[in-house]
Amino acid sequence: MDVQAAKYIGAGLAMLGMIGAGIGLGILFGNYLNGALRNPSAAAGERPMLFLGMALTEALGIFALVIAFIILFV
Amino acid sequence: MAAIDPLHQFAIEKVVELPPVNVPGLGLLDLSITNSVVAMLIAAVAICLFFAVAAKGAVVPGRLQTAGESIYGLVDGLTSSMIGHEGKKYFPFVFTLFVFIMFMNLFGLLNFLGLAHMFTPTSQVAVTAALAIITIGLVIVVGFVKNGVGFFKLFVPSGVPIAILPFLVLIEFISFLVRPVTLTLRLFGNMLGGHVVLAIFGSFVAALGAFALTTGGAAYAALIPSVLSFVMVVALTALELIVGFLQAFVFAALACVYLNDVVNLGHGH
Repeated sequence: MDVQAAKYIGAGLAMLGMIGAGIGLGILFGNYLNGALRNPSAAAGERPMLFLGMALTEALGIFALVIAFIILFV
Repeated sequence: MAAIDPLHQFAIEKVVELPPVNVPGLGLLDLSITNSVVAMLIAAVAICLFFAVAAKGAVVPGRLQTAGESIYGLVDGLTSSMIGHEGKKYFPFVFTLFVFIMFMNLFGLLNFLGLAHMFTPTSQVAVTAALAIITIGLVIVVGFVKNGVGFFKLFVPSGVPIAILPFLVLIEFISFLVRPVTLTLRLFGNMLGGHVVLAIFGSFVAALGAFALTTGGAAYAALIPSVLSFVMVVALTALELIVGFLQAFVFAALACVYLNDVVNLGHGH
């Protein structure tokens, strides 16, 4: 197989890691809304934790993106 | 059919050529004015003009003043709810960050009838990396100024059995190290991805439309996906408006979260 073609396939496969980040973000924001609608007065106080969790969850998806970039351009 | 090159829009072009400048410690640097620099300058000037008009302080606010006040209120709520009563000190930094990123994101969507498009500076890793390094640099400086050597308590979670503490310290340290990387790539990836998708659907409109009109006959059926792609471009542009605002907000919110870590270190946040 052509090396360039294999690189493109590899980069595409690396992006499968985004599936996990997507599921994680769905669980995160779904559960936040779940809790926030049950007790709206406590929602504002938990927002920093929401963003921290979002940053960590998205970081894992971003690692997949980095791997894809490394495969493509390095 | 025309070749589809969705990455062409991110090409850096020199607008004003300047001779290389010798920066001490870094060597010769090319500091020419590029389209990225021009887009950033336009954003900066637009922010100054916007707040010069919006910050008049009229008792009955007009539309611009309402917009300016709601942006102020948004960031004020962010800093005070996340950093606490010391948040006011960091408000100017977070506000600058938020407004600058938002203006760069939203101006990047401008397109003048296909003749020229605004460059999106936030689709360049160099720009987002600079913003992330400034943010994390401020976090580290504030951490050392406020806590001294106690800054390293940031990596030591409290109430953890001594046996697993070294592993947790290692994990905390790595998670601190990836913060600038994720700040950089989140903004960059969102802007790049959004604009690439826009360009691909836009090229569908042009290519399928041209194919239908030049071939004629049964090829007129290709007008249907062309029109559908155009609808998609409109919908995606609306989505990109939200994303441009949201990513600026997320960047500012994360800056607040990271600042809160060091400002309220050891206060059981």
